[in-house]
Amino acid sequence: MNVPLLDVEDLSVEFRTRDGVVRALERVSFTVGRGETVGIVGESGSGKSVTALAILGILHPAARVTAGRAVFGGLDLLTAGEDKLREYRGRELSMIFQNPRTALNPIRPVGRQIEDVLLRHANLARARVRERAIALLAEVQITDPARAYHAYPFELSGGMCQRVMIALAVACSPALLIADEPTTGLDVTTQAAILELIGDLARRSRMAMVLITHDLALVGERCDRIVVMHAGHVVETAPTAELFAAPRHPYTARLIASTPRPGVTLADLRPIPGAVPDLRGVLPPCRYRPRCDRAIAACEEPPLPRLAAGADHTVACRVPL
Amino acid sequence: MSLAPSDSPAARTAIPVGPAPPIVEVDGLSKHFAVRGTRQSLYAVDGVSFTMERGECVGLVGESGCGKSTLVRLLTRLLDPTGGRIRFDGRDIGAVPARRFATAPERARIQMVFQDPADSLNPRFTAFDTIAEPVRRLARATDRPTLRRRVEDLAELVGLPRELLGRFPHQLSGGQQQRVGIARAIAVDPALLVLDEPTSALDVSVQAVILHLLADLRRRLEMTYLFVSHDLNLVRLLSDRVLVMYLGRIVESGPVDAVFDHPRHPYTRALVSAVPVLDPGARRPRIRLGGEPRSPIDPAPTVCRFYGRCPDGFERCEREMPELRPVGPDHLAACHLVGETTP
Repeated sequence: MNVPLLDVEDLSVEFRTRDGVVRALERVSFTVGRGETVGIVGESGSGKSVTALAILGILHPAARVTAGRAVFGGLDLLTAGEDKLREYRGRELSMIFQNPRTALNPIRPVGRQIEDVLLRHANLARARVRERAIALLAEVQITDPARAYHAYPFELSGGMCQRVMIALAVACSPALLIADEPTTGLDVTTQAAILELIGDLARRSRMAMVLITHDLALVGERCDRIVVMHAGHVVETAPTAELFAAPRHPYTARLIASTPRPGVTLADLRPIPGAVPDLRGVLPPCRYRPRCDRAIAACEEPPLPRLAAGADHTVACRVPL
Repeated sequence: MSLAPSDSPAARTAIPVGPAPPIVEVDGLSKHFAVRGTRQSLYAVDGVSFTMERGECVGLVGESGCGKSTLVRLLTRLLDPTGGRIRFDGRDIGAVPARRFATAPERARIQMVFQDPADSLNPRFTAFDTIAEPVRRLARATDRPTLRRRVEDLAELVGLPRELLGRFPHQLSGGQQQRVGIARAIAVDPALLVLDEPTSALDVSVQAVILHLLADLRRRLEMTYLFVSHDLNLVRLLSDRVLVMYLGRIVESGPVDAVFDHPRHPYTRALVSAVPVLDPGARRPRIRLGGEPRSPIDPAPTVCRFYGRCPDGFERCEREMPELRPVGPDHLAACHLVGETTP
């Protein structure tokens, strides 16, 4: 993994709002290797989704990338023109959104939506497109794909809609798939089936994946490496097993301790004190500082350090565990 | 198991002889919805029987469409059952029509905490108004100082700072909103609290706080909980017993540890195996469910509802609907393949 597939470096994003500038991301850095699955976890407001949207160049117009690079296959996605990005999105890079029902076009049969992607990106003869769309529906294990081809999103269950989204996303065998909370709101059995499906597709075509979720257990089960975010900062990155066995950032440790899991009683479950800070105005260099019980005077001094805590393990803390 | 709340009529009049009767006894409860434009019915809840002891927390799990919500709406008497009985504290409340239940004495004693506090709080009510509303309507507390004192006591009970009582929902965080939702639910001293995914809209850091609060309130106010969730890890944390529903029927019930550590019904086994586990050592192989779920519309009464999706189904499952039977202490499962032994 000498040259990573995606190299995000010092990505900073601001939103201009009526109530001031929101510093949504500050110096976010991480890499994704070819065929690797990387999880991004954090509470709401930590910047997980903004990171994904920035990489794909589909941020809200009020947002502005103020610094950083996101190099994907030699191309910096943050400075590339819209034409170039359009060529990449859907073919090289694709995304699965949280709510498939709102992400799909409600007044177009799902089969036609898959064809749209194929016609735009796949170099396929028009006559072959329909056949391929049905094959994709079969690939995401939709029973009776020929019938599902004609279905509108409202006629399908949440799990089925998410399968259609996956078919759309993998239609052109992208090198990188970003899945933003792909199973939130689905049943556990459906969640497991969907994640297994994405995992199988990724393995088969050596597709790299970024899995964004608030569910620590989920990334623990599915990812090779984990990026922990808090209030727009990457606080820790580490291989999965290492992160759970020996978290170095106090926030990561707190996050693990607050996650319900077998063998843990209610008394063992520790809430994280405080809340994600307001990202407007002047913020301390370490945005976890107000919630942290290990903070020392030096934590007030910029810059936020990024220490190597082992091979492939970084922690943004002056007093790591 | 605790006794009835000291101010309840039951505690004042009942002479304690042996264990107190269950607070909730549901027997053969069904709800069939007519399918529009046809003569068919959708069997949302079909012949469900269970009891809830006083002070107990019973978890209710199952996938969407299994009838959890309908069962909750029947228990809270927002829907009229098609058949069966619901006894609450000895009274048959299932017979009271839903539109008259609003004035029934049990109305105040069954309360609910909803899934998304942002959606279930009136955006034009301050926290104070939201909590005061049930006190005004159901506890008939009308004079201003009494009402204020009651609301402030409730805010303290749920850990909501008094200075936030004047705020509207959008001025509160998710955790604070849910505290308001809980305060509203416990404002009229309910004996039974139905918690419908009370933390699924919250971050883990806040979730732990709300779970601690709920556990603490149950102890202090001696309430019985029905905890509905599809997060099995949460159900296990808070509940004493669990009911597993599949397509309108209870397929397994028992103490949480027995059901989650030794699930007996093939559906429960698949459900448990699908739960993501943080500890890589504790992981078990996932049981894949094939096939399509059976239709809940006019289902054949002699076919197991799980047949076709069940990895262990055999010809008897298509001939005979399995009934719930004991498979261990207080542990029931509805499957032809389970005997009366514990694994």
